[in-house]
Amino acid sequence: MAKHLSGRRPPRIGDAPNFRRALIGIVLFFVAVVVIAPLAVIASHAFSKGLPYFAAAIAEPDTRHAIMLTVMTALIAVPINTAFGIAAAWAITKHDFPGRRLLLIVIEIPFSISPIVAGVSYLFVYGLQGLFGPVLEAAELKIMFALPGIVLASMFVTAPFVARELIPLMQAQGRDLEEAATSLGASGWRTFFTVTLPNIKWALLYGVVLCNSRVMGEFGAVSVVSGNIRGQTNTLPLHIELLYHDYDAVGAFAAASILATLAVITLVVKVALERQGAGRRSRPASLAGNDSLSEVKP
Amino acid sequence: MKRRVLPGLPLSLGITLVYAAIIIVLPLIALVFKAASLGPADYWRIISSDRAVASYVVTISCAFVATVFNLVFGLALAWVLVRYRFPGRRIIDALVDLPFALPTAVAGISLTTLFAVNGWFGGPLSALGIKVAYTPLGIMIAMAFTSLPFVVRTVQPVLEELDPTLEEAAQTLGGSDLSIFARVVLPLLTPALLAGVSLSFARSLGEFGAIIFIAGNQPFETEITALLAFIRLEEYDYPASAAIASVMLIAAFVMLAVTNLLQARALRYTVRN
Amino acid sequence: MKIRLDNVVKTFDTFRAVHGVSLDIESGELLALLGPSGSGKTTILRMVAGLEYADGGHIYFGTEDATDIPVRERGVGFVFQHYALFPHMTVSENIAFGMKVSKVKRSPEAIRKRVEELLALVQLSGLGERFPGQISGGQRQRVALARALAVDPRVLLLDEPFGALDANVRRDLRRWLRKIHDELGITTLFVTHDQEEALDLADRVVILDKGTIVQQGTPEEVCRNPENAFVMRFLGDANSLPATIRDGMAYVQDVAYDAAGMADGTAEVLFRPADVAWREDGHGVPAQIVRVLDRPDSRRVLAKTTGGQSIEFDTAPEFPHRKGEAGFIDIRRPRIYKNG
Repeated sequence: MAKHLSGRRPPRIGDAPNFRRALIGIVLFFVAVVVIAPLAVIASHAFSKGLPYFAAAIAEPDTRHAIMLTVMTALIAVPINTAFGIAAAWAITKHDFPGRRLLLIVIEIPFSISPIVAGVSYLFVYGLQGLFGPVLEAAELKIMFALPGIVLASMFVTAPFVARELIPLMQAQGRDLEEAATSLGASGWRTFFTVTLPNIKWALLYGVVLCNSRVMGEFGAVSVVSGNIRGQTNTLPLHIELLYHDYDAVGAFAAASILATLAVITLVVKVALERQGAGRRSRPASLAGNDSLSEVKP
Repeated sequence: MKRRVLPGLPLSLGITLVYAAIIIVLPLIALVFKAASLGPADYWRIISSDRAVASYVVTISCAFVATVFNLVFGLALAWVLVRYRFPGRRIIDALVDLPFALPTAVAGISLTTLFAVNGWFGGPLSALGIKVAYTPLGIMIAMAFTSLPFVVRTVQPVLEELDPTLEEAAQTLGGSDLSIFARVVLPLLTPALLAGVSLSFARSLGEFGAIIFIAGNQPFETEITALLAFIRLEEYDYPASAAIASVMLIAAFVMLAVTNLLQARALRYTVRN
Repeated sequence: MKIRLDNVVKTFDTFRAVHGVSLDIESGELLALLGPSGSGKTTILRMVAGLEYADGGHIYFGTEDATDIPVRERGVGFVFQHYALFPHMTVSENIAFGMKVSKVKRSPEAIRKRVEELLALVQLSGLGERFPGQISGGQRQRVALARALAVDPRVLLLDEPFGALDANVRRDLRRWLRKIHDELGITTLFVTHDQEEALDLADRVVILDKGTIVQQGTPEEVCRNPENAFVMRFLGDANSLPATIRDGMAYVQDVAYDAAGMADGTAEVLFRPADVAWREDGHGVPAQIVRVLDRPDSRRVLAKTTGGQSIEFDTAPEFPHRKGEAGFIDIRRPRIYKNG
């Protein structure tokens, strides 16, 4: 006689209880080792000598300067990249012009390139050995090993972040709403702010949050162009390296805990925005390879 | 009938092109220019030097192992997140992105601390005779960590959208779990897996921050190519740095082309009804 | 293979999809499960397949209790509404799939030969190397059928097999499926919400509503003798007029119809649009013509009774009357059902 439980479903593949339990167990083990342990080790070391010591490490002038420099970099780079992302998405999704696909590939290049290569490349534009080096030196403009260089390198590595969120979404939304608005006499700006923006705000915010997270955490590219001058051109990630190599573990981990907290906040905001429909679900691995973008509309 | 054209093209395209030219294209051209100024013989001598070649071997072999790990683990993780319901699933789903959100330097010092001989994992492992920090194994772990989300995030949506009637059809035809997975599910996931793998591999080839802390950075043994480019720079050997960076640039473009090719293949069976 | 359902129950969460359905499907029979969406017809089909488990009752294949046999061991051929062809396999590979994963080992040569036979059976010889994305919907449906037949199933199950196809393709495929069934003689159960399809194709029609069987019988039985108002309405257009039953007669306004054996009370009189004659005087329910619609082979007349009920009926194209004219509707073959 069969047991008849309500809602009993036949197993799908991989639903055998032992297999299921084993697979979940293995996955949880690796997630614990790879993802949770690093967070735990940061907290553990940052507070290993107690809260007062942690507070003192954070309040140390060079650390405070590094925090300020990181915030300053984000305040400049993130808004500029946001404007760029919006402009690129508007041009690419609301208009037809030859070379759209090529432009998509160019916008995504920074994702594929090592931050070190990015940093080295910038050196050959604005550094003493670079294309504009002599001109800049004559004009006494210092870009490398100073704030402008850090901002430029950060903008390079995060250039695609906002555009990458907006383009698939705006492509999927089509042009009907904007066409209706302009046919009713709305100006381009008005159409953007009253029709387009309300429909993309969560995706835009999503891109901005991810962009900010990367700008504040960028290490490789900034490491090449900053010159690592303590208390002057050291961003927070670079300062962590410095403290770590000075064997100031508590200082390094205290500084790291700030960035780790930022990372966790970013994840929380990310999940919240994904609930609003923003984010990865509709995102292809590469924009230029996304067939819907290369379709020519009649 | 001519379709109505929306306003704002000159401004938005203007901004886009100027920004892309100055921020993205110009530096890469400068790099190529610098590398090209070396002349073929010098260029070849630098990029084929023993130390450079050793760094390619270290980088590529470690990236390969890290990517294979991420292929298997990423698929398992995506499967568990999509197909099973268990307490904590949503938290795990969110935590998968931690490697992208956590700055690489922070990841670097954390992993090094965990896997150093006196660390939480390094201690027990060294008791077993396995040394992680300052060995290629450490590089692999750092690479695997920083590129972990790629496979999960490319496979997950495909797995979610997988038509359940395909599996049901295979079941009515008498397929065992294993044969259905191997013959139906896996082939349908393959394009996404390959895309994830190529992204993961590309990221591992270029990773710097997370690796330099844990790698030990011994020339010929644990020195990755990105670090070599950086070291040449610190030695003020700019042409050498440019040459090595250009090799990485070429590798990145090859990976980009491979990714796009794989994604185009992914759409091969797509049917529009 | 004879299939028997004995008091089968299925509940999803709190929704009872199937209430104690009992049904016998004779060996070699072609049976239609007909009902509106939500009537439980697909759930019944999926339970027979083993794609859902019954929460109560039993399903027998011959004398064997198949209720808890896993789907892959049940030996059914299932054709899905949207075909469920494996998109990464060619037509031939799709058809061969069941033979390749079977515990019964066949040689590649035997599999190839069987695939060729099946391609010929479904009239797709020469298309074996195409991918499902490269053939039409009707062709895909035939591939799905060939794939299901490849494993020599004990019973063939089809879920809305023509639901996703154009009207002309549907009619052709329907006749063709009947032909295949007659050739192979395999017990076949199919689900549809289209009464024309069920009547056209099936030996026997089982009509379902809200998870229970409301009537079953041959197409002739259910058409000529619908047992209740639901079946009457579901099988085709029906007019309805309220009636009162007194002393074995049903009265619509002042007109009486035979209702022998029915208890006194309110009822409704149902009749088909074809079962009406328009009279200028004499016997019938008084009514006025509201509109006359022309069709290629007939005229449809929209009228309103003096009691305020709208009715529609079909007449010959020569019907001479116009909008606004008054007369009487004479109902042939009225069907009278008690309310409630």
